Amino acid sequence: MEKTENLLQVSSNPHTRDTGTTAEIMRTVLISLCPAAIFGVWNFGFHALLLIVVTVATCVLAEFLYEKALHLPITVTDFSAAVTGLLLALNLPPTLPVWMAVLGGVFAIIIVKMLFGGLGQNFMNPALGARCFLLISFSQAMTTFTKVDAVTGATPLAVLKSGGSVNLLDMFIGNTAGTIGETSAAALLLGAAYLLICHVIDFRIPLTYIGTFTVFVAMVQLFSGNGFSVTYLLAEICGGGLLLGAFFMATDYVTSPITPGGKIIYGVLLGVLTGIFRMYGSSAEGVSYAIIFSNLLVPLIERISIPRAFGRERRAS
Amino acid sequence: MKSGTFKGGVHPWDGKELSKDAPVRVLEPGAELVYPMSQHIGAPAVPCVKKGDRVLKGQRVGEASGFMSANIHASVSGKVKAVEERLTAGGTKVMSVVVTNDGEYEEALPLETSETGEKEKIRDLIRQAGVVGMGGATFPVHVKLSPKSDDAIEYVILNGAECEPYLTSDYRRMLDDAEKIVRGLEIILALFGKAKGIIAIEDNKPDCVKRMTDAANGHDRITVVPVKTKYPQGGERTLIFATTGRKINSDMLPSDVGCIVNNVNTAYEVYRAVDERRPLTERLFTVTGDAAATPGNFLVPLGMSHKEVAEQAGGFNCEPEKLISGGPMMGVAMYTLDTPVARGTGSILAYKEDPVKLAEQQKTNCINCGRCVQVCPGRVIPSRLADFALQKNRAMFEKYYGMECCECGCCSFICPAKRDLTQSIKNYRREILALRKAERAKK
Repeated sequence: MEKTENLLQVSSNPHTRDTGTTAEIMRTVLISLCPAAIFGVWNFGFHALLLIVVTVATCVLAEFLYEKALHLPITVTDFSAAVTGLLLALNLPPTLPVWMAVLGGVFAIIIVKMLFGGLGQNFMNPALGARCFLLISFSQAMTTFTKVDAVTGATPLAVLKSGGSVNLLDMFIGNTAGTIGETSAAALLLGAAYLLICHVIDFRIPLTYIGTFTVFVAMVQLFSGNGFSVTYLLAEICGGGLLLGAFFMATDYVTSPITPGGKIIYGVLLGVLTGIFRMYGSSAEGVSYAIIFSNLLVPLIERISIPRAFGRERRAS
Repeated sequence: MKSGTFKGGVHPWDGKELSKDAPVRVLEPGAELVYPMSQHIGAPAVPCVKKGDRVLKGQRVGEASGFMSANIHASVSGKVKAVEERLTAGGTKVMSVVVTNDGEYEEALPLETSETGEKEKIRDLIRQAGVVGMGGATFPVHVKLSPKSDDAIEYVILNGAECEPYLTSDYRRMLDDAEKIVRGLEIILALFGKAKGIIAIEDNKPDCVKRMTDAANGHDRITVVPVKTKYPQGGERTLIFATTGRKINSDMLPSDVGCIVNNVNTAYEVYRAVDERRPLTERLFTVTGDAAATPGNFLVPLGMSHKEVAEQAGGFNCEPEKLISGGPMMGVAMYTLDTPVARGTGSILAYKEDPVKLAEQQKTNCINCGRCVQVCPGRVIPSRLADFALQKNRAMFEKYYGMECCECGCCSFICPAKRDLTQSIKNYRREILALRKAERAKK
């Protein structure tokens, strides 16, 4: 008998894997954000494009340099840093000075993500963490919104808050003031549909989030005695980054619960918090704070929503 | 008819077209056959022949050592060359009877039973024949067919799902021996007066559904039930749920919910034992994969070496990089083919290139995407369990239902971060089972 000269590979089962990868998921998210990004550039002009490019580049570079400096494996090819960069850019006002965007990108990647162990280890959405950091540090610049004609204007939600009225069609198309990526409900819904069709996100979080928020606002309207207005309700849903937040940031895998029941609790919590912040807070916005606040509660939400295993539904043992 | 199913599961490429249409070819055993004494779940059998003895085909060479054990028979006639430890496909060394084939295939007398009762006769013949579960779990069938109460059994389910990709031996058996399978089921049903017979087949095998339906025609206690094509549809827990809507967990036996599940090939062996009075000495075997020169199905005498099987089956068209005993989802990778075909090893899957190699390069941290949770048929949270397993955190592992894992491999299959979830969970689960056993022994 001859000796086997070529050694065989041995590993534990399963011996076949699905083709899906982390990079592919991140790429899908990037593609899904393109309609909002393209609309933002079209709506706000060259500076918006510059901000997007600079923020994405900053995030990727920050991750690369951090890993180089600490002799860690380079992970920028998984596109997760690019997703953070793009999300952050879409959450910035179109006239923000470039250096602030760079600072935000570095904060998102280094402070929120890498210091906690990199991909999958952060407990807060990096893009939103950075946005809130910028919002607190540079309140003026972060809340100055311009429209296409470069005239400073109020966002639809700010108009609503001060009792004004808004044009719903403009809000749906996105022809309003706001951050680069939040204005066009149409573009955001297009991207969201793509994510849902590709099974990258699941309907639970966005649906419960927007549903709870809608019910909350409707109740506030009814009980405050100001009268019920469908226009007001729709404007609240389309405006102020709710769609961007609900479909693209609240659904961030890393910072949302993995349990099916937990996703529902998380969505309800987000809806209530956003409602409180928007209705009773001093700012017209509330999505970013609601999400990063809920991010912190995710471990607790998971703990109370461990699903019962198959065949263990009735009694625990 | 709507096909029964379960929550979760995956759809790997099924690869069955490679071998499904190849008619079964009988393989000639070589000079030496090896019969490991442990090729079933339970206590190993005890060798009942010694070096130098002449044995006949069908003669008992290993005696069951208790109720939860099984007899082992020679598949050829010849001289006992040795009784010694030999390597098995599972990777462990097992006490084995080694027989030199004299090429005469002189047969031992058919099985006989001194029992008089109808049921006792059936159980005794099955026990004597050493019939075990042929789907791969190798649970002794006489044990399975002896529940606390015969009347409590409401369903006898034959598993023809064959959800494991690439394998086609159940498929061939259903097409070739449909009547004998139905006869086997009839024999089992004779034990359980109140039971209905169900033959469950994945709906991607309409030819089998038709063939089995025709064969079961006129048997009013037997129905053929198509189940949805999805891995692991043929798992015991998932199959019971898909066909009856009942659920069992890791602490329960199917008989606790009035069910008994047997593979279609097991039913065939029951027929052979009871009607033909022949012990279990051969099995259907699939040689397949992109490195197999001529993928096909074979009738292989137990004890024949995998190497001879591979050679006679047409060999490989290149040097394979990975060889698997079993299918891609639950099979065991082999580092050598110098092991005997046993009751639970029904295939050689030969890959030109290790399909997991690419995945090794795509590994990232867990991104918490939850796909493992979506596909887990046990409805647990594999990503968390794998972490607890690596931390050896037994309390949390058990709290998160880690012991409910059935090792099907769906979580590792689907994971975009390419983490070895199944491996971590499976290893730690087995460690805990061993610990529990030790703890019980202490008390």
